[in-house]
Amino acid sequence: MKILVTVKQVPDTSGKVAVNPDGTLDRASMQTIINPDDLNAVEAALKLKDELGCKVVAFTMGPPPAEGMLRELMAMGVDEGVLITAREFGGSDTYATSQIIAAGIDTYGIDDDDIILAGRQAIDGDTAQVGPQIAEKLHLPQVAYAGEITKNGNELTVKRILEDGYMTIKVKTPCMITCIKELNEPRYLSVGGAFEAYSKPLVTMTYETLKDHPLIDKSTIGLAGSPTNILTSFTPPQKGAGMMLEGAGKETTDKLAGILAAKHII
Amino acid sequence: MDFHLTKEQLLVQKMYREFAENEVKPLAAEIDEEERFPMETVEKMAKLGMMGIYFPKEYGGAGGDVLSYAMCVEELAKVCGTTAVVVSAHTSLCAAPIFENGTEEQKKKYLPELCSGRKIGAFGLTEPGAGTDAQGQQTTAVLDESGENYILNGSKCFITNGNVASIFVVIAVTGKITDKRGRSLKEISAFIVEAGDPGFSQGKHEKKMGIRGSSTCDLIFEDCIIPKDRMLGKKGDGFKIAMKTLDGGRIGIASQALGLGEGAVAEAVKYTQERVQFGKRISQFQNTQFQLADMHTRMEAAKYLVYSAAMKKQNHEPYSMDAAMAKLFAAEAASDVTRRAVQLFGGYGYTREYPVERMMRDAKITEIYEGTSEVQRMVISSHLGVK
Repeated sequence: MKILVTVKQVPDTSGKVAVNPDGTLDRASMQTIINPDDLNAVEAALKLKDELGCKVVAFTMGPPPAEGMLRELMAMGVDEGVLITAREFGGSDTYATSQIIAAGIDTYGIDDDDIILAGRQAIDGDTAQVGPQIAEKLHLPQVAYAGEITKNGNELTVKRILEDGYMTIKVKTPCMITCIKELNEPRYLSVGGAFEAYSKPLVTMTYETLKDHPLIDKSTIGLAGSPTNILTSFTPPQKGAGMMLEGAGKETTDKLAGILAAKHII
Repeated sequence: MDFHLTKEQLLVQKMYREFAENEVKPLAAEIDEEERFPMETVEKMAKLGMMGIYFPKEYGGAGGDVLSYAMCVEELAKVCGTTAVVVSAHTSLCAAPIFENGTEEQKKKYLPELCSGRKIGAFGLTEPGAGTDAQGQQTTAVLDESGENYILNGSKCFITNGNVASIFVVIAVTGKITDKRGRSLKEISAFIVEAGDPGFSQGKHEKKMGIRGSSTCDLIFEDCIIPKDRMLGKKGDGFKIAMKTLDGGRIGIASQALGLGEGAVAEAVKYTQERVQFGKRISQFQNTQFQLADMHTRMEAAKYLVYSAAMKKQNHEPYSMDAAMAKLFAAEAASDVTRRAVQLFGGYGYTREYPVERMMRDAKITEIYEGTSEVQRMVISSHLGVK
């Protein structure tokens, strides 16, 4: 049994966000962090590892410096990293990205008792598409928005946290689960982990490695293989500050009605 | 000289910073105010390997290096001087002398307990009458009639981690020797004492000006019996062990001073860009700019001395003078820089609403413990051959 976790290096949005003339992010000029939801997926994997002693492998697609992120995850306890990197893969949207990562995971190998974990969504695009698309392309069952995961043999019970409630689903391995921040509190990397990180195995997959996989074709990868066209990127205007009224009595509802009336909303 | 941190050091530094910001900073004012030892933080640090950073994995350590340890103390001190000295005293003054002087049995017995943080360590050298004059030891250790146990009598004072530690490296007089010139000197030896040893007790918490959350107390030995295999190093090696231990400890305290100063600079940079007087942010005044430039420069200079001493210790090069210079410079820089930070904050800086007054109180001790600044000057000048 092993757990594969897909992770992404994203721009640190607490810093300055820069955009290329073609509308894509100017990643080179920005500080990067590990996508927050992905850290919840990694923590879920490491918790299962602590319990079951299984291997945890982190997958990412990105430029060569993304190795730094994989090493950081190894310092937290991840056993192995897979870096999928090639010029041909650059400019991929979610469709092309999931095509490439699915091919990478398939090439690495999935066993019957394996679990694939992903963060719900990345903070740069907020699409929440790549995890589910990887599952579709690998013909695996998927459960999105996991807030709780328990494992019983080859069956997982996953509590999905949705906007209007929750849903408990049983799923058999191999499967894909996307994780939300309510799932856990990611651990810090440890001192011992940091000093081991750079001696752990790192596999690099290039275009050459994956080009013969059925999912990989020049028309399905990179900018050319991406159905999404970005017309423009912009910072949305700031919304005005909201107003909170507190209280349970009629006085508060009267006040609310008064404000709405004054604004000619009612 | 290579001033670049290794990839591993950069990784741990990132973790220390996040840990300090999220886990240590929120408690700093509270543990100072309540004079409360931050045991919950020690438990968290233990899980992350921060209680045994540079000891080999075979003894339960994290397998890191001395600079990674110094950076840990530095990052903690940027937000909390107390938490920093807990790690420093535990590592440099207890785990290190056992690692460097212990028998294989002693190392296997004590280091895994210390490195895992299951037990906290402390060091007992200072006595009411033997501070800077460490030769003035009064605590005695006498072999009993059976020849199997040492009996310790006397007391130690100002022991950092004293009330929370359960493993102590203690220095005591075991006899008299005659030196080359025929003078009679005390023969000094080192011992490992455990909490719970018969006749051993810890005194009351010492109330201090700064590092108020740090546990400081007396150690009292009243016919304290310990097995003779608790002797650390050979009989008569105690003074040498103590001095070598303090050389290493000075890297820890220099790192604490460095962090305190850097923390105060960061607070001052932030505050002076928010505070408005005469219609301007006070950071727009040249006095503020020049003060901050000087403060930062002093701390950067301190950093190179501290890191250089840590790297020399790591590389098994002589580092006694380097550690003394690092501690002397960093401690005096920290006291100066934290005092200037309070000045830049004005009235608000004098209140406990902002952290700079705490940093100023915490910084003062770095000029005193593990050898005063005057002792550091004695060490440095003796290395220069000045008599």
